[in-house]
Amino acid sequence: MRMLRKVLPRTMPVMAGYLFLGIAFGVAMKAKGFALGWSALLSAIVYGGSLQFAMIEPLTQAFAPLTIAALSLLVQARHIFYGLSMLEAYRPTGRCKPYLVFALTDETYSLVCHERPRREDAARWYTCISVLDHAYWIIGTVLGGLLGAVIPTEALAGIDFSMTALFVVIVTEQSMDSFAAVKAGRMSVTESLFAPLTGGIATLFSLLTAGKGSFLLLSMALILASFGLRWQASERRCFTA
Amino acid sequence: MLHRVTDLQILLSILIASAVTIAVRALPFAVFSGGCQPHPFVVWLGRQLPRAVMTMLVIYCLKDVNLTEAPHGLPALIAVAVTAALHVWKRQMIVSIFGGTAVYMLLLRLLPV
Repeated sequence: MRMLRKVLPRTMPVMAGYLFLGIAFGVAMKAKGFALGWSALLSAIVYGGSLQFAMIEPLTQAFAPLTIAALSLLVQARHIFYGLSMLEAYRPTGRCKPYLVFALTDETYSLVCHERPRREDAARWYTCISVLDHAYWIIGTVLGGLLGAVIPTEALAGIDFSMTALFVVIVTEQSMDSFAAVKAGRMSVTESLFAPLTGGIATLFSLLTAGKGSFLLLSMALILASFGLRWQASERRCFTA
Repeated sequence: MLHRVTDLQILLSILIASAVTIAVRALPFAVFSGGCQPHPFVVWLGRQLPRAVMTMLVIYCLKDVNLTEAPHGLPALIAVAVTAALHVWKRQMIVSIFGGTAVYMLLLRLLPV
């Protein structure tokens, strides 16, 4: 309970984003004629905003399991990154770990990636954050389904920007951190610029070449390749120095 | 449209999406947990990747912004700037997000399309 009170304020931005987006999703599903149970089930066991929105259209069309599988893989592939950076942090979480791994969405990751609890608190800390986020998402979806017939969609137009804003805030936060690290001499300027520049350039390049529909996977491949090359270069430098 | 798909097919589609999602999220843990220590490269990657990925996600969120037609993506671009500026100023996540979103919703309604 004390832990819940401690992490609750930290989950507020995600609460806002998930309630809004969950409502938007619930409304959209309702508009396509799906019963509330379907939207709630999607939010409970798929639990991935972009994928759920992307699935609405295919779900109304003829049964296409391969399309659904490929779509899921493409939209969710970025989560491999999140797992990689949470390997150490989630190690001491015991029997909560399977749920934590399942519930590692973009937003939950953004909350758990930059603040490490004490080792003995890890399981409860991460579980509280993950359960709260999951609950916001499901509650938002149910609210959206219930209010779907009542709220005019135009009134909500633009509310999904909260998701963009969340990512902008995280990038700003990361930039301020690395700026402080550079100022304190703990990080070189090149080191501080490498990751965000790689991410930005790779993504813009992919967007321009592969198009809106499928650029994420290419962008991730380019980012990984750049990081691989950079690691190799620094290894070699270490050996010759 | 719905009559062409049975409830069982909808259920199967949702289960497939769920299974793929779980598989993707579990993959790094399944490969690197166990006794074996991840390579130093993987550890370094875990520290460095979030900054690249978050930049990628911002651009991903902005992919539908249309620069060539009025209002030339101004609502989104201004709102992004406001969000970042608010965050540098107050460093309160919720203030930045609410402020940026409010500005975006306002501009969406004020700027002529």
